[in-house]
Amino acid sequence: MSSRRTTPIPVGILAAVGVAFLAIPLVGLLLRTPWSRLPELLSSPVALQALRLSLVCSLSATVIAVAIGVPVAWVLARSAVPGTTFVRALVTLPLVLPPVVGGVALLLAFGRRGLIGQFLYDWFGVQLPFSTAGVIMAEAFVAMPFLVITVEGALRSADPRFDEAAATLGASQWTVLRRVTMPLIAPALLAGTVLAWARALGEFGATITFAGNLPGVTQTMPLAVYAALDGDRDAAIALSLVLLIASLAVLLLLRDRYLRSAPS
Amino acid sequence: MRSVRTMSAIALIGTIGLAGTACSSAADSTASSSTTQRATITVGAASSLTDVLASIAAEFTKAYPGVSVQFSFAASSAVAEQIRGGAPLDVFASAGTTSMAPLIDERLVTGAVDIATNSLQIAVPPGNPAAVAGLADLAGVKVVICQEQAPCGVATAKLFDHNSLAVTPVSYEPDVRSVLGKIEADEADAGIVYVTDVLSAGAQVVGVAIPAEANVTTTYQAAVVSASPNAAEAATFVDFLAGPEAQAALAGAGFAPAP
Repeated sequence: MSSRRTTPIPVGILAAVGVAFLAIPLVGLLLRTPWSRLPELLSSPVALQALRLSLVCSLSATVIAVAIGVPVAWVLARSAVPGTTFVRALVTLPLVLPPVVGGVALLLAFGRRGLIGQFLYDWFGVQLPFSTAGVIMAEAFVAMPFLVITVEGALRSADPRFDEAAATLGASQWTVLRRVTMPLIAPALLAGTVLAWARALGEFGATITFAGNLPGVTQTMPLAVYAALDGDRDAAIALSLVLLIASLAVLLLLRDRYLRSAPS
Repeated sequence: MRSVRTMSAIALIGTIGLAGTACSSAADSTASSSTTQRATITVGAASSLTDVLASIAAEFTKAYPGVSVQFSFAASSAVAEQIRGGAPLDVFASAGTTSMAPLIDERLVTGAVDIATNSLQIAVPPGNPAAVAGLADLAGVKVVICQEQAPCGVATAKLFDHNSLAVTPVSYEPDVRSVLGKIEADEADAGIVYVTDVLSAGAQVVGVAIPAEANVTTTYQAAVVSASPNAAEAATFVDFLAGPEAQAALAGAGFAPAP
């Protein structure tokens, strides 16, 4: 904490510029918010549908990301399987890929003429595009890398000797994982989960490309914002504000929990 | 390490490619400015005119070598906003009259003429898997249309209204391009777009005609921006748009002549 007093002046100035650059657009949004119309705008059926859908989809996508992302992170960090470098690059790709490209890729794989999607459609009559399941899939696709990267980093830095010690004391593999490894990485797991959730909540490009845009079925908050931008700008700003506040609240909460439980 | 090297190699190739195009375009502009150039006019135009206006401009420059034409394409409403905001545009070519009419009233543009019309068509994947033969077949199939905030969405809503159709689409796409994308991928059975869009989409999209009496028509207009410093050249271009060469190009792109 003593370093706080000795921040070099150039660093301080650049930091101020950095903060201003990130914060000023948000201030712009706040200044343009039609506060008096807010209750009316946010209680419109389209807004409520989008809110509900965004919550359902982003939470489902987060559950999927955790359920299959943590095992991926564990394999990448701990196993000696060859080719992990390539797999790591592959699973982090959605992080840097333009989301629209992700959406096109999903369409080519899971669309009704897609690689796998054609069998889903022909055998079971399942068409993922234009469905809520499609939205969840698109969101999980872009959000999972955040979880994998965060958890893998924690697994790498966690000392494996704790696991070994537990194992020599007679704990089964499952017990070690549950009682030693997971508690050690719990803060990172929480951070990764929340980051993935926030990314899923804000997902736009992959969703509109893969799942389309229908109120109540696939139109999440970011899609509703985009649709409203061309017509009712006030509605778009009101919806953006909700997204902004939700994300900010989560990040504040996360920061607090994460810092308190971090050992240093 | 190897992947980093591959990535930088790809980046390098990309940079060289870009530099190459930059050089060639620079060379082009030097060449054209060495001829007796008197004026450059900038045309703010609806995105749906992108392809056809490029070929019309080539014809125009052949007829009037002293004038070169450049374009700024956007949604008609966006171009109208730009003109209100004082953007240095000389000609406004709009899709529909809703963006143009207020500008005429505010005397921000003058000499507006109708240059073409466009109407709607049903777009289906090749082979027409859902056997859509007309508007009546849209009820039971997966339909994608433009969202109501987009001009094509406004026209589609009018079309359904005009024919008293209650069609529940599976998706409201942000623009024509995304509607065509869903048809090209064969995710949707039918989409509603403009006749010209079906034509420019190529072989991956097939059009099913809507009879004229049931259809909705959008009129394209062109006008001279009042604040233009090149008003004479701008007026010449607007006249050219109504002339035989431009009308032939518009017809080739699927536009119908203005009534």
